[in-house]
Amino acid sequence: MSKGEGVKPSRIDPKFRYEVAKMLGGRDVLQCFQCGTCTSDCPVSRFSEKYRPRYIIRMVQLGLKERVLNSDFLWLCASCFTCTDRCPQGVEVANVIRTLKNMTAMEGRIPEVFKVILGNLVKTGYIYRIPDSRIKRREELGLPPLSKVNIEGLNKSLQNIGIGEILKEVLQKGGEVDMWV
Amino acid sequence: MGVSQRYLIYLGCVIPYRVSSYEVSARRVLNKLDVELVEMPEFNCCGLPLEPLSHKLTLILSARNLAIAEQTGLNILTLCPGCAGTLKKTSRELKESRALMEEVNKHLGESGLEFKGNLEVKHVSQVLIEDVGLDKIKKSIVRPLRSLRVAEHSGCHLSRPKKHIGFEDPENPQALKMLIGVTGAKAIEYVGETECCGSTIAAIDDKVSLSLVREKLLHVREAGADALITICPACHIMYDVNQSRAEKMFGEKYNVPVLHYTQLLGLAMGMQPEELGFEELRVKPIKLLEKIQSSR
Repeated sequence: MSKGEGVKPSRIDPKFRYEVAKMLGGRDVLQCFQCGTCTSDCPVSRFSEKYRPRYIIRMVQLGLKERVLNSDFLWLCASCFTCTDRCPQGVEVANVIRTLKNMTAMEGRIPEVFKVILGNLVKTGYIYRIPDSRIKRREELGLPPLSKVNIEGLNKSLQNIGIGEILKEVLQKGGEVDMWV
Repeated sequence: MGVSQRYLIYLGCVIPYRVSSYEVSARRVLNKLDVELVEMPEFNCCGLPLEPLSHKLTLILSARNLAIAEQTGLNILTLCPGCAGTLKKTSRELKESRALMEEVNKHLGESGLEFKGNLEVKHVSQVLIEDVGLDKIKKSIVRPLRSLRVAEHSGCHLSRPKKHIGFEDPENPQALKMLIGVTGAKAIEYVGETECCGSTIAAIDDKVSLSLVREKLLHVREAGADALITICPACHIMYDVNQSRAEKMFGEKYNVPVLHYTQLLGLAMGMQPEELGFEELRVKPIKLLEKIQSSR
């Protein structure tokens, strides 16, 4: 977080908080009174210099739309829901942060890894491409075969949900990242 | 007990992708406990990993699974707490808002499906405690693991957010401790028991997620545990598969074996490590197995 850096009034969107509050899961943003319980109990904040849930909520309240939606720290929320469970105001902090990520995604801006797992989903039904070696290993271990996903049916259900651009992009290109190793 | 002991098993993505040790051991111990597992006719990702992208996408994905499952008339058992939590949350959210339910059903209707909201979803630990019962599990134990002291890690999504999950107290988790207790092993207390494994941000910030892994493993080792016991495939990957990556990043050695609870239970039921997917574990629990052998 930059210190003492002023924000020009022209870069403030006074209606942003209401925009967020209207979104599914975003309503609570107006209830936050900035006590900081979320940040002090956040496992990620203990190891990250830049991730502070309290700041994120405050930025929304102040109308710093561009700055918060363009930030990379937004994507550091681990969705552990500790903040949500401990907020004395009952704010579903993790849901508000998710809402902000969703708003960014609707503008087509998401970290690459989400494009990869979305690509896998629309092609296989799972977020990973399960390699043939694993399918074979299942047999060796005596595990039942994986059911075949009705991809056409799945994709029909995913139309018109506000992420059309990204869906189009991932359907066209391949891509693979190993998320774990 | 009057509770159905027949469930649809919902695997999710992580388990078929790379955690068969959990699946193999879970199927074996559940079979031993007369819990019958029926395969899902079809399923897709529960939607949890894609929630940062679009909440609506998550709702549709999990409602699709629920709609498919509802046609069988059986309740769902999952091995992954993330899947259980997401399916539960979706069910609840849709039942609370008629408008949202109608909207999601419009999407599902495109391929002839409909979510009605009339089935229950339980994580395997919830099934073991509420439906099978500790007494029945206790009766299945032929080799109590009295020589073992282990640390439990329930993971976040088994109980958080509390309001939506309603199983377990996230601030003082007891379910896994009780389940460990019936195997004869001792579940020890340690610092940072309820801390997150960092799995969900592993692909976003390696350093932060591995720092969480490091901290957990140091605390578990400090407490003198013979192993860390998990009931989540994602947590297991972080502590087992990624343990060597954390060791490399921080220039340390942890040597903490990480077992799925179902593997621990299987051992206590007298099953052999080979039957429980032990060969798939990255951190070999050699000392732990020796300890069990020598205490017989």
